Amino acid sequence: MSEISRADVEHLAKLAHISMTEQELQKMAQELAVIVDSVATVSEAVSGDIHATSHPLPLTNVFREDEVGHVFTAEQSLLNAPDAEAGRFKVPAILDEE
Amino acid sequence: MTDTLTDASPLSFEEALEKFDPVLGFEVHVELNTKTKMFSSAPNAFGDEPNTNVNEVCLGLPGTLPVVNGKAVEYAVKLGLALNCEIAEYCRFARKQYFYPDTPKNWQTSQYDEPIAFDGYLDIELDDGEIFRVEIERAHMEEDAGKLTHAGTSGRIQGADYSLVDYNRSGIPLVEIVTKPIVGAGARAPELARAYVSAVRDIVKGLDISDAKMERGNVRCDANVSMMPKGTTTFGTRSETKNVNSLRAVEHAVSFEMRRHAGVLAAGGTIVQETRHWQEGTRTTSSGRPKSDADDYRYFPEPDLVPIVTTAAWVEELRSQLPEPPADRKRRLLAAWGFSEQEFRDVVAAGLLDEIDETVAAGVSPSVARKWWMGEISRLANARDLEPAALGVEPATISALNALIEEGRINDKIARQVLEHVVAGEGTPEEIVTARGLEVVSDDSGALTAAVEKAMAENPDVVEKIAAGKLKAIGALIGPVMKETRGQADAGKVREIVLAKLGIEG
Repeated sequence: MSEISRADVEHLAKLAHISMTEQELQKMAQELAVIVDSVATVSEAVSGDIHATSHPLPLTNVFREDEVGHVFTAEQSLLNAPDAEAGRFKVPAILDEE
Repeated sequence: MTDTLTDASPLSFEEALEKFDPVLGFEVHVELNTKTKMFSSAPNAFGDEPNTNVNEVCLGLPGTLPVVNGKAVEYAVKLGLALNCEIAEYCRFARKQYFYPDTPKNWQTSQYDEPIAFDGYLDIELDDGEIFRVEIERAHMEEDAGKLTHAGTSGRIQGADYSLVDYNRSGIPLVEIVTKPIVGAGARAPELARAYVSAVRDIVKGLDISDAKMERGNVRCDANVSMMPKGTTTFGTRSETKNVNSLRAVEHAVSFEMRRHAGVLAAGGTIVQETRHWQEGTRTTSSGRPKSDADDYRYFPEPDLVPIVTTAAWVEELRSQLPEPPADRKRRLLAAWGFSEQEFRDVVAAGLLDEIDETVAAGVSPSVARKWWMGEISRLANARDLEPAALGVEPATISALNALIEEGRINDKIARQVLEHVVAGEGTPEEIVTARGLEVVSDDSGALTAAVEKAMAENPDVVEKIAAGKLKAIGALIGPVMKETRGQADAGKVREIVLAKLGIEG
């Protein structure tokens, strides 16, 4: 069985900004290991130059014409904003690069 | 625990190169000038009111789906071809996941292990004509992020009280061009850095796939620098200086990072792998964010988009549409115009190649076109703190001015005044000359002869010299005549009249 450690899950939870209890971390580590093993069986069924499927439909090159469509007004854009100033979304300062 | 030395005084550039060899790498982001965004039909435009060029896709609202802009894919393939890359027969978009307010859906739609273009190169011409080949690792498609403004007491990222976000830029199509590590540039590394970014800018401008204005962020460079002890081949730890947005800044940033790395390493310290911020005021870099967990982007193929497949026929059709490569064009124009190498380099450095080319196409001789653009037009632009091209002088204007000079209707000095009036929006050169009565004083009314006679009467010593055969002395009469005619005399005509009066064969 695949090794998914509690630390792996904790790391992923941190990256995904999901808060998890100790109990949830333990449980998820066990469940993810089972899921990874199940998914791994798929690779036994395929071989050679087959691309990993990322879309259920066998489509390629779905493109749009480069023509301008509708836009929102600034008021509409900001309807769901927790806070706004000068037509812009206002967010807490984050110490990071621009 | 012993503290590791991570900071020391930078060495001089020469000292740094005595001990170390630089290794460079560049990530250049090019904003495409499609009408709409990469994955939505919102307009791709600059300078509009905040959050008015957005729709539900740009804001990452739940339930919205992206649709690829076919034109952006075409532009990316063209750019890949111009960079001598292979074009992927099959590629996909991927989600690059991170939490930051400039990216509302918490991932940037990018490409990961399947870039649309890969394994290319660009031959970069250095200032003295030497060619340095830069290998291109990949060029991939992605979307731009929104623009953050840090508000508060300092106006800077550090000490900001809060940030404001404008998503107009969110979703603008980008192509990111990544080089392979560049080894062997030595003392020319900073110059190569500038020349490389300049070459990329010229290419995207020539392809007309980007507005290519660095000051607007259409072309942005992240510069990676590391130093390895001379004679060794193992790369040192690199730093990445972000968003260096002028050619001069790219050159200075690379130079400074080389000196800083050398200083730390020579003092026995360790370079921290981190992003650095370019400080234009001091021409230095400052520490940004160290590489961390935040760089674990958990890429996976974008499930909301289908793969892109290119056919050889389509790629070859696009290849056939490519314009003359900028480097070839330069060689052709240098030969056609007959400028000296130095004159040509100055024109290129001033960014006036296109303007002079267009002016020559409008019927003006190359040397005259160069004189106007490098001289008076640059001077007027400088005084207004503008690029010469932004002054609004059309090739036809220069052609018209030049025609007026050649017809003898105005002289050079008046022509420069006329240009200034053109820039002020007073009309065409012809209209201005007429409206302001600037035409060279003809002698129909005897006004020019009168002015010459007056000058001769007031300068008997000069007249004596001319009469004695020192024809160069005529120059001393031109000034007073010009003064009398408010600069509107034709110097050749003045000379004729003086000689006629003295009975000398001209």
